[in-house]
Amino acid sequence: MNNFLKVAIFSLLMIGAFTGYSNFGIPQIEPAPPPVEEKLDLGAMTMDQFIALGDKIYHGKGTCTLCHNEMGRAPMLDKIGTVAHERLADPNYKGEATNVEEYLHESFVKPSAYVVPGFGKAGTNDTESPMPDVSAGGIGMSEAEIAAVIAYLQDISGTEVTVAIPTEVPEDTSEEESEGGGRKPYESAEEIIAAFSCGSCHKIAGEEGEMGPDLTHIGALRGKDHLRRSLLDPNVEITEGFMEGMMPDTYGSQLSGKELEMLVEYLAGLK
Amino acid sequence: MQNRNSKTIYGALFIAVFALFLLPSLVPGFDASLAFADEAAVSAAAEAEATTYPPAPKLTAADYPTIPGVNSRVTVWLAAQLHLWFGAFVLAVPIFVFIIEAIGMATRDKRYDNMAYEFIKVSITAYSLTAILGGLLAFSLILFYPDLFRYLSTIFKESMFVYALLFFAESAVLYIYYYGWNWLQGGFKKWVHLTLGLLLNATGAMLMFMANSWTTFMMSPAAVDAAGVFNGDSWAAIHNFLWNPINIHRVIANVAYGGSIVGAYAAFKFLSAQNKDQRAHYDWMGYNANFIAIAALLPLPFAGYYLTAEMYAYSQQMGITLMGGVFAWIFIIQAVLIGALFLSANYYLWCGMGRSEGAHRYNPYMKYLAVVIVGSFLVWFTPHTLVLTNAELKSLGGPYHAILGPLGIMPAKNTAVNLLILFTFLSFMFYRRANKTATVSWAAQGNAVQAALFTAGIINIFILGVYYGYFTNTVYKVAASIPQVLTTLVIIVVSVVIDSFMYKGAKQVAPLHWGRVPARSQYALFLLAVSFTWLMGLMGYVRSGIRQHWHVTNIFRDNSPDAFTPGLGYAANVISVGTIIFMAMVIFVFWLSTVSGRKSTAAGYWKEQGA
Repeated sequence: MNNFLKVAIFSLLMIGAFTGYSNFGIPQIEPAPPPVEEKLDLGAMTMDQFIALGDKIYHGKGTCTLCHNEMGRAPMLDKIGTVAHERLADPNYKGEATNVEEYLHESFVKPSAYVVPGFGKAGTNDTESPMPDVSAGGIGMSEAEIAAVIAYLQDISGTEVTVAIPTEVPEDTSEEESEGGGRKPYESAEEIIAAFSCGSCHKIAGEEGEMGPDLTHIGALRGKDHLRRSLLDPNVEITEGFMEGMMPDTYGSQLSGKELEMLVEYLAGLK
Repeated sequence: MQNRNSKTIYGALFIAVFALFLLPSLVPGFDASLAFADEAAVSAAAEAEATTYPPAPKLTAADYPTIPGVNSRVTVWLAAQLHLWFGAFVLAVPIFVFIIEAIGMATRDKRYDNMAYEFIKVSITAYSLTAILGGLLAFSLILFYPDLFRYLSTIFKESMFVYALLFFAESAVLYIYYYGWNWLQGGFKKWVHLTLGLLLNATGAMLMFMANSWTTFMMSPAAVDAAGVFNGDSWAAIHNFLWNPINIHRVIANVAYGGSIVGAYAAFKFLSAQNKDQRAHYDWMGYNANFIAIAALLPLPFAGYYLTAEMYAYSQQMGITLMGGVFAWIFIIQAVLIGALFLSANYYLWCGMGRSEGAHRYNPYMKYLAVVIVGSFLVWFTPHTLVLTNAELKSLGGPYHAILGPLGIMPAKNTAVNLLILFTFLSFMFYRRANKTATVSWAAQGNAVQAALFTAGIINIFILGVYYGYFTNTVYKVAASIPQVLTTLVIIVVSVVIDSFMYKGAKQVAPLHWGRVPARSQYALFLLAVSFTWLMGLMGYVRSGIRQHWHVTNIFRDNSPDAFTPGLGYAANVISVGTIIFMAMVIFVFWLSTVSGRKSTAAGYWKEQGA
């Protein structure tokens, strides 16, 4: 065979091998879409909903769990509501907060006011925090969002939630909303299933996920109440053969009531 | 003579590559780039009071022009990547052409001069293509991302103007250097020619550093406030936080890449050779090209590590997104590609042992080298967290494998990569010794010292990797990688120094027959070129992708319909399409370089003159 052809085929095979490995040899993780400003209807929120909003921001837009996780990159925050008092009394504390709520707010916008020993920027002897100001830059949380995360952190610490739900949305958030940044309501259950990638874990809508139960005929097996509960609190009852904690428990705060019911109706119809 | 010349090349190239890597970090104040940039920004702000810059625009999807049927992002992506591939090649070739020409001058061996000329001949057409692709990239940006282009060109107006002027200078010097090669020969003229080569490299490096600053500003903007208002001068914008780490990484990577492309050229010519002399010439050329690629490949992981560490220093969020977020799996693909590079380079060296009967002495050791190199490669591409089905999760007891899981974290990978580099270097040492025997009286002691150095070094790398990696806290885990790298560098440098004295005036035990290598060895050179190209495409994707939905990190948001970060499979497909286009263009360039030497006479076509 002509050398040119041999070399061309060899090169194409190599390129094909790299492409194939990247497509089929490793898990295909779709990066999260860019965050969008959501319309906050603060006036109608209960404290539980406000805490749920904080939970969602903590695990989503706030990108807090990138560092505050078990990998040890930043301190864990599950007891922050109780340890904050010790931090305020620490001689190394350089801030102006007088209570837990103020301390947490200060930690968000001026993270170097107190650096937990061992977690400072390299070479700064724990005087400078690697954490960015969450109200600016890429994270850009509003005051209402910061308050929601503080409420969430106080709640998971088992301490009293002292944050008051803000009565009005800050001006800058409203501006961005008027530019069309808010999420449009989902119009069909199929749209929700695609948006939340349900098919990556479940068999549903033509997808072949295996991490969660097969939903192809779920309507014949479960009633609407069960389906609704499974969506809102998936760990209450685990289908045999599957593990607890695999399914996110945030859909209650991510979907509106109308959207949730639309999804329940759709699932109940899968017979 | 051949051996002495080769030794000179090795020495010169090693010094050049290591100097490029190490010198910047030895210069006081070099690492304090942010402090320096801030300082410059403050003083410049006072001078530039008259100039006011606009804030970063807040765009909507409607602000991005579109052409039906054309994907804006993929167009810019491919244009940028193709420009970068060609740019890397044409900037790298003059670096080693300059060194090879200087060696030819020092040794008065015409073959080096001929080889240098052939290298630059290959790159000359690629130079035009680089410029054309640069134009395509600029037009694509203006067309599809006009606001981004306007914002950047407002900040970088001075450097973009200087860039255009420098491009003229670069072209002029390159053409005089190439077309004047046969004219500027001998005595003072040759010195003038060599000086032109130096000038060519200086202008080329300045061009690349300028273009790098525009890219790195998008990653780590300097002298801007939260609204994106620029308040510094040109130098402050250029000297942003990630500028120097990228410069160092790209210079070294370019040399490795240029070597691999020229190696593919030599391999193709070797396979097509019509006689023994041609085979010998192109075998020698391919060997030198492979040597250049590997000499630069060895320090490349360290330059990459430095770049990544600087990304973490600039923004922990950016660092974690890169190494622990959605891009983490990229490094498994990268490990496969770099593994392919090391394996093919070693395979080529082992095949090359067949050039001399003297190499038979070392053949029994090769299988052990292969075991260590393949083993290190396997550790390097072992993932930490596995994405599994429910049944697999249950049978495994969690997302980490009990035995393989610990091999997925960085201490294991750092240990593996250091061993990979050391044993590749050992392959190279065996190759160099293949056809000769040391005659100095202290040869046995010299060998013993080298063996002790390797043994102690490998034990040290293991202790640093295992003890500090698994039995101490995170701070030591990360810090231990530095002494690991230093151990590897010390072993390599000290071994080269000992070898150079020990093999001075060495006895040749068997001649070296250039051209006596199997044809399959040449495919290792093709694999090297293809893997390098694909790898560069992959790393280009991740470098750009870690900005996520920002044109300029945290200050200028991307609100185009393509603002989302593409998944790995999609990116791999785009990279493969780009690689195929690039390879097709490179073949065209190679073909042109052979056409220029052909001459055919059409009898009776031209009218007879005179008589």
